[in-house]
Amino acid sequence: MAPDGRLRVRLAQASPIPLAAGFDCAPGEVLALTGPSGSGKSTILRCIAGLDRPRDGRIECAGELWLDTRARMNVSPQRRSVGLVFQQYALFPHLTAVGNVLAALGHRPRATRLARARELLASVHLAGLEERRPSQLSGGQQQRVAMARALARDPKVLLLDEPFAAVDRVTRQKLYRELAGLRRQLAMPVVLVTHDLDEAAMLADRMCILHRGRTLQSGSPHEIRTRPADALVARLVDMRNVFEGIVRFQDASARRTRIDWHGVALEVAHAPQFAVGTRVAWTIPIGGIVLHRRDRPSRGEHENPVAGTVVECLALGDDTTLGLRVDGPAGLQLTLRVPTHVADRNGVAVGVRAGASLLAEAIHLMPWRDPGEEGQARDGTAGANEVG
Amino acid sequence: MIEWQALALSLKLAAWTVALLLPAALLIARALAWRHFPGRRLLEAALALPLVLPPTVLGFYLLSAFGTQSALGRAFVALTGHPLAFSFAGLLAASLVFNLPFAIQPMQRAFEAIPADVRPAGACCGMSAWGIFTAIELPLAWPGVLSALVLTFAHTLGEFGVVLMVGGNIPGETRTIAVAIYDRVQAFDTRSAGLMAAVLLALSLVAIGVAYSTHRRAEPVRGA
Repeated sequence: MAPDGRLRVRLAQASPIPLAAGFDCAPGEVLALTGPSGSGKSTILRCIAGLDRPRDGRIECAGELWLDTRARMNVSPQRRSVGLVFQQYALFPHLTAVGNVLAALGHRPRATRLARARELLASVHLAGLEERRPSQLSGGQQQRVAMARALARDPKVLLLDEPFAAVDRVTRQKLYRELAGLRRQLAMPVVLVTHDLDEAAMLADRMCILHRGRTLQSGSPHEIRTRPADALVARLVDMRNVFEGIVRFQDASARRTRIDWHGVALEVAHAPQFAVGTRVAWTIPIGGIVLHRRDRPSRGEHENPVAGTVVECLALGDDTTLGLRVDGPAGLQLTLRVPTHVADRNGVAVGVRAGASLLAEAIHLMPWRDPGEEGQARDGTAGANEVG
Repeated sequence: MIEWQALALSLKLAAWTVALLLPAALLIARALAWRHFPGRRLLEAALALPLVLPPTVLGFYLLSAFGTQSALGRAFVALTGHPLAFSFAGLLAASLVFNLPFAIQPMQRAFEAIPADVRPAGACCGMSAWGIFTAIELPLAWPGVLSALVLTFAHTLGEFGVVLMVGGNIPGETRTIAVAIYDRVQAFDTRSAGLMAAVLLALSLVAIGVAYSTHRRAEPVRGA
């Protein structure tokens, strides 16, 4: 076991919370554990910290073995060098900010602790507030104290449990920037638990999608959001356009794949792993659908054109989200997003006829599973692009 | 006139009760507040029993348990050479039992009020279990712990029924101030009874005052 600083986690249990999770995190890397409430994110974090013990598992960090259920070894939280920022921060209410940080400095020589605590508080922009109690600090300031306390231990891994969930939007944006700035100085693996995909995409180098305690897919936020492993991941990362189709044409030399989508032929990104005749799930990011201009033809209109009726038109600031019901018996609905000024100029409104192109390279095929299976993709039903 | 011997005995009994009950009640209260084990509710109910049981009933059962007919009583005689019933030791044992709810319940409430993640946070800071107990739990729970001790002390001074059943009325051994007051009233010595009652009243007022003032002073911290 080379002491390369990596965190390696393998966990499995059937109850009380089912777990089948495995992931690695390199020093300096931020890994986001993402999934809906109850997907076991916090439990996994508590297992890494040693606060919870899984039935089966192995956790090693920076060359130290912290948990190995087979060898019946489980290092206590005190002897694992972890920094954990709790969801509600769990600051010691009777201690001042500096007292909270001092509590985690027991491993340093006594004479150096106070200076180190003040230095840490200064690094999270809390200089001058050292003597305040948590109740005298704002939510954002409390989060910073919690961050300073977590770092005080000189941890070999930093664990953040929904650290931005308990603050307002404006503060959250500020804390995002601070963490982004702080992480350049962090030499240890950082595991961030969040249910917020945008947060994960913004802060993390890699994402790990969790569902009912299972790690479904790991990869860069961009990779997961454009190339989900299956329809369940696509649904969990909030992809709106998830459908099914049948592979109709494969040409290895021309690197082309074509599928049939309820009577509509679609060119898709080359996916040689699916044989002709295979039923597949497929998805396209909202940004992969281009609205046709209504006044005159535009370039690229020949690429997977579909026509339909606008059934939903939701302007949110600069962007407008459209629901387009595609012509045909299946009543399928695509979701696309256009700049609001484009929507206005084209006179797009509910009830208006519109055409759109599905960019072939953006269409991503995934293995199809029986809809009876847990959380699988369905389309062609009343909800059209409802999934799972 | 005030029976100083009875007052001293009552204070001694109360002091011993508080001293012995403190560690036991801390352990039990923490377990009840945080641990989930089978029979927890049953144990909680059993510990609350002295609150609702008539003191004479409790005293009767304790007397039966302390008598030489019982295994406990015989074991005590074998160990010490004198019986448990009608002795200071017996009185103390009874006092420990009837004070259980007064000691445990305020402590349990105080421990329960500590936010759930604060103790794990201590562990993640590298603090030992003892360190967490002394630096985190006790400072947060101390108003409850203190009021438990004050309640126990005051309640021991005033307990009458159980004391009379288990201890009788042996001067210097089991005659507490509460028994002395009763005795004086029976003898139509209302002046002595009144004086001693006033002393007990004053002690109780001081105790309650202490308990309330610590609670109020502690509140800003608890609100965090």
